[in-house]
Amino acid sequence: MRRLTVWMVLIATAGVAAFWLLSAPVRLAATDLAVFEAHEPDLANGENLFWAGGCASCHAAPDAEGDARSILSGGLALESPYGVFGVPGISPDPDTGIGGWSFYDFANAMKRGVAPDGRHYYPSFPYASYAKMPLTDLADLWAYLKTLPVPDSAAEIPQTQLSFPFNMRRGIGLWKRVYLDEGPVVADDALGDDPVLTRGRYLVEGPGHCGECHTPRNIGLAMDGSRWLAGAPNPEGEGRVPNITGHADGLAGWTADDIAYGLESGFTPAFDSMGGSMASVVKNLANAAAEDRAAIAAYLKAIPEIPDG
Amino acid sequence: MLLRTLTIAATMLATGATVSIAQDDPIAERQETMKTMGRSMRVLVPMARGQADYDAEAALAAFVQMNDAAQNYGDLFPEGSETGGDTRAKPEIWSDREGFDAAVAAFKDDLAMAVSADIGSLDAFRPVFGAVAQNCGDCHEDYQVPEN
Repeated sequence: MRRLTVWMVLIATAGVAAFWLLSAPVRLAATDLAVFEAHEPDLANGENLFWAGGCASCHAAPDAEGDARSILSGGLALESPYGVFGVPGISPDPDTGIGGWSFYDFANAMKRGVAPDGRHYYPSFPYASYAKMPLTDLADLWAYLKTLPVPDSAAEIPQTQLSFPFNMRRGIGLWKRVYLDEGPVVADDALGDDPVLTRGRYLVEGPGHCGECHTPRNIGLAMDGSRWLAGAPNPEGEGRVPNITGHADGLAGWTADDIAYGLESGFTPAFDSMGGSMASVVKNLANAAAEDRAAIAAYLKAIPEIPDG
Repeated sequence: MLLRTLTIAATMLATGATVSIAQDDPIAERQETMKTMGRSMRVLVPMARGQADYDAEAALAAFVQMNDAAQNYGDLFPEGSETGGDTRAKPEIWSDREGFDAAVAAFKDDLAMAVSADIGSLDAFRPVFGAVAQNCGDCHEDYQVPEN
C-alpha cells in the first residue's frame, strides 16, 4: 500500500514536471535576428501590412474613426465563447503601449505568442496567423508602428475574464506545440506557383488572419485546415461568419472583381453592405494596396470549394 | 430642374405606397426600405466602379429615392419589433438608441447633401457617393447581425 502511494506521487510529480517543461514559452533564437539587423526598413510596406493586417480593428480605441484608427490605445472588450479579452494598447508609448519593447520582443509576440515577460498570449491575439509572416515584413511593420501617434491619455483596458480551463494561461504552451505552424495552409501545387495567388495566400493566411473567424475550429480550438474558410459560428455572438470559399454556399456568385470591390467598399454584389466585424476589416483594407485586395480575391477564388458545415 | 422635381415627386409617391402597405408591420416595412436602398445602390455602384457609363440624371434619381426612403427610417424600429420576421436588427438598436439615432441622422445629412450636390460629372459624383455609402457599413457594423 505504501509502495503504491510512493509510485502515485512519483507519477503525478513527473506529470506536473512534463506539463511545465512542455508548456514553457519557446522564443525565437537570437540568431534569427540577423535578418532584422541586415534589413533596411520599408515604411510603405509596413503601412500596407498594418492595413492588410487590421491591427486597428482591435487595438484602436473602440469606435475610433478616420485618423483615430491609427492611435492604438487599446481598450476593446473582445467577446468570445470562452470569456472576454481586454485588448491592450500597442502605441509607441512606453507606459501604455509597446514603446519600451525591442524588435525581439515584437517578433516573439507576433510569431510565437510570447510576451516580453515570458507569459503566453491568448490566441485571440491572432499569432497563429501572424506566425506565417517573415521577419523582414515584421521589421517593416515594427518600423511603421513606431511612427504612429501616442494617445493623449491612457485608455481603460477591460479585465480579461475567462472561464475554466481557458483561464489557465500556461496551458497555451501545449496548444502552441500542437498547432502553431509557420507553413502555408493551402499547398503550393494548389496555387500553381502563380505570384498573385501566392501573394493572396500570404495576405489571407498571414497578416490578414481571415481564417481566425472564417474557418471553423477543431476539437483543439485551432483553425480546422480541412474546412479552411468554409464559415463558422460568429465568435462575438449571433449569426455566422460566412463561407468565403468558391463553393455555392460561399462566394460562387461573386467574381474576383466583386470580392476586391467588396473589400474596398463593403458592398456585396447584392448591394447589401457587410456588417459586424467585417465593416471594420473593410475600413482597414480600403487603405491597403489595390493589387493586394485583388490578390486576396484571386486566392479566395482558387482555394478548395467547401460547403457550409 | 423640372426633371428633378418630377423625379422627387414620383419617388415620394412610390415610397408612400410602400409605407401604406406595411404600416402595421415595422419589420417588413424596414426590410422593404432597405431593399429600396439596395435598388438605388444597384444604379450607383456600377457607375462608381466604372462598370457603367456615368448618368447624372440616374444618379440623382437614385439619391432622391434613398433620401425619401431614409426620412422615416428611425421610426421603423419601435419597441416590440426587436425580434421576428428574419430581422437582422441587433438588440443594440434599442439598448443604444442614442447611437443608433445619431447614425440615422448622419445618413440623412449625407443624403440631403447628395440630393443638392453638383454631380454633373463622374469626378464630382464619386466623393458624394463615397460619403453616402460610408454610412451603410458604419451603421451595419454596430446595429446589424451579419448575414448567414
